[in-house]
Amino acid sequence: MSEGKQGRKLRLNYDFVPSLVAIVVGLAFGLIILLISNPAQAGGGFWTILTGAFRDLRSFGRVLYFATPIILTGLSVGFAFKTGLFNIGASGQFIVGAYAAVIVGITCPWLGSAHWIVALLAAFIAGGLWALIPGLLKAFANVHEVIASIMMNYIGMYLVNYLVLQTAYDSLRNQSMPVAASAIIPKMGLDTLFPRSHANGGFFIAVLAVIITYIILNKTTFGYELRAVGFNRHASKYAGINEKHGIVLSMVIAGALAGLGGGLLYLAGTGKYIKVVDILAAEGFTGIPVALLGLSNPIGILFAGLFIGYITVGGDIMQLYDFAPEIIDIIVAVIIYFSAFALIFKGFIQRRRNKLGGGKIQ
Amino acid sequence: MEYIIEMLGITKAFPGIVANDDVTLQVKPGEIHALLGENGAGKSTLMNVLFGLYQQDKGVIKLRGKEVDISGPREANALGIGMVHQHFMLVDSFTVLQNIVLGTETVKNGFLQMNEARAKVMALSEQYGLRVDPDALVSDITVGMQQRVEILKMLYRDNDILIFDEPTAVLTPQEIEEIMEIMRGLTAEGKSIIFITHKLNEIKAVADRCTVLRRGKFIGVVDVAETDKETMSEMMVGRKVNMVVDLPEQETGEPVLKVDKLSVRSQGQGHTKNAVDDVSFDVRRGEIVCIAGIDGNGQTELVHALTGLIPAGGGRIELNGQDVTETSIRHRNTHGLAHIPEDRHKHGLILDYTLGENIVLQSYFTPEFQSRGFLKFDKIYQYADKLIEAYDIRSGQGSYTPARNMSGGNQQKAIVAREVDRDPDLLIAVQPTRGLDVGAIEYIHQRLVEQRQAGKAVLLVSLELDEVMNLSDRILVIYEGALVAELRPRDVTIQELGLYMAGSKTEQQKGREAV
Repeated sequence: MSEGKQGRKLRLNYDFVPSLVAIVVGLAFGLIILLISNPAQAGGGFWTILTGAFRDLRSFGRVLYFATPIILTGLSVGFAFKTGLFNIGASGQFIVGAYAAVIVGITCPWLGSAHWIVALLAAFIAGGLWALIPGLLKAFANVHEVIASIMMNYIGMYLVNYLVLQTAYDSLRNQSMPVAASAIIPKMGLDTLFPRSHANGGFFIAVLAVIITYIILNKTTFGYELRAVGFNRHASKYAGINEKHGIVLSMVIAGALAGLGGGLLYLAGTGKYIKVVDILAAEGFTGIPVALLGLSNPIGILFAGLFIGYITVGGDIMQLYDFAPEIIDIIVAVIIYFSAFALIFKGFIQRRRNKLGGGKIQ
Repeated sequence: MEYIIEMLGITKAFPGIVANDDVTLQVKPGEIHALLGENGAGKSTLMNVLFGLYQQDKGVIKLRGKEVDISGPREANALGIGMVHQHFMLVDSFTVLQNIVLGTETVKNGFLQMNEARAKVMALSEQYGLRVDPDALVSDITVGMQQRVEILKMLYRDNDILIFDEPTAVLTPQEIEEIMEIMRGLTAEGKSIIFITHKLNEIKAVADRCTVLRRGKFIGVVDVAETDKETMSEMMVGRKVNMVVDLPEQETGEPVLKVDKLSVRSQGQGHTKNAVDDVSFDVRRGEIVCIAGIDGNGQTELVHALTGLIPAGGGRIELNGQDVTETSIRHRNTHGLAHIPEDRHKHGLILDYTLGENIVLQSYFTPEFQSRGFLKFDKIYQYADKLIEAYDIRSGQGSYTPARNMSGGNQQKAIVAREVDRDPDLLIAVQPTRGLDVGAIEYIHQRLVEQRQAGKAVLLVSLELDEVMNLSDRILVIYEGALVAELRPRDVTIQELGLYMAGSKTEQQKGREAV
């Protein structure tokens, strides 16, 4: 028994290694692109990416601001992964949640101090409902969730565009109207800690979501069932777990998390509005590398989201060094892209370890 | 050259266990060399070292007297070493031919050249009597044919040292005869075979010499012709094994399971016939009823319908007097039914869960292991530790071992422990000893008999005639989805039972034409 516990601890300590390897490889490739595009400034630019977010408190506050929505979409994708589903529909769930938050934020100022909470709840519920459809299709009609949720991305985007036009349109700026002041998430002290940074209480809500997701997945019977279904649908059925319920609920929770992410971004009070343009919300897709880099572990996802926020902020500051914004976007994308290979490195490291011992005992 | 392959002083350790401790294996050219040992004795580890999947910590491998370094299956293949794994490595959606050439395709200008491959495969198939249909999809062919495909894969790569990892575990008695014939044919053509098994009958039937391992240690090498089964079994287990099960006479009680005119539709697509057709029987307290039949005659569908994994197409199932035909799996699980499934990897275990998490697979929601939706992990692992102790389940890291890292025998023991310890009224055991060694078989048989003695009902589904004859109070023979005979083991010989199973003899029309 003591031996067993030790084995478990060891495993935990190894878990983040593949993610670190992935980050290092991503950074190395970023550096190569820098060297190709602007050799003279490459060193300074690279140093800025690595350290820029620590330049001042404002920059670090912006890391928290950028990280908040993608932690939620990362949780969404990761939660679905843990239960054996690929939620590529976080983008649609995100924007539907954002709209729900915005419309409640505009129309219900009479809610007073509970206004922003109700608006976030609306985002949570709307995102969940949006994922309910692919969940039902997967469980009862065996329609692959990837196909269904990609469709729902586009339906969500166009529906939100239409609804914004009909209900909350600011025709001068081609975007949604501003929400009432009571609907804006309180700063919870982050504005004094990180002045002029947009950091707000949404980050604490994201951390809370991480903790709750972690507890649900790892400590509850519900999480036990969901993970069982994800690992082995047949054995779950054999054990009497209703695997169809599991699939639907799992999608709904994933969608709700993404929807909440949308609410957190658009109620941040940072001058962010829903634009009426035919572009899918990027935060939804960024959730995929966040989940992969965090190896679908909620705690890992928290750090992965922070890392990607960190790189994004560093990239912004790099504009000081004569790099075209497009190049910066490419470099950040490359780093994120390679970060998503954490799973591959995990497989590689495991195979190495198996070969050197620690494999199956026959 | 006295030996074609020599593994000298091989040591291989894993965390918590030394899988091979100074093991030596020497194979002569053209012989069938059996590698005998219990589950967990280190047979597979040794073969994985030979096949390059693991690197030995100590020791050398010599091929035709020359020391070689085998760093992976590709190198092993290049040295002429091929392996048929216990779980076949075939692509289901590919044809037989595509599977055989996979990895060594002939390509011309970027296009596959299948005609040459086809000619070579057909020639090999002819030469060694390995009947296959090259254009059939692997998902559509029998397990026996899949195995022949695996053998052809080795021959296609011109391997001449062939490792067979428990090749008979998944086969019917007829197919076992066939594979042994094939093995003899292969050695006659100059191939050398390493035959991993724990079935003494088979060693007696085909092997020339036999190396015995026990708990990772080399015990000895014997000449099969001069050694009797009892000696080999004792070498393997380290003590005398009693393979004859003692079934004391006892009165049976009321029926626990009553099946009335049960039909189950075939699950495959395009099948219109019933997989189980109008089957009626009961199982009473204090008896072991065995469903005997050749694989694929409806046993799987019957058991799945009884346990709720698939819906019944018609008829009625009663458990403890209650109609459960339409009830959920969980309802049946919590009302006295336990099920040792046929496929322990598909249904029996969640391989990515720890042993402890697997032990509570059907009871995690009970107050004992859960309160207000939160799992009581200390209780779960305590309970798992108790079962590990009581049922002698061996694993590297106790109840925290991922199920995936356990040996097949211990995985099965864990399932048996879980199901038996739930104290069911009816235990449905489907091929519970498949792929296990004599020690584990003896152990599982004892557990089943204990259930019988405790006044529980046991429904055993088995393909092994010895097991059927040894262990049952009544035998129900299933053939093409129908029960064709009800027999008592003492009134029938193994040969007769075989005829019933093959459908060439029924109670109604004795001596019907063989199908």
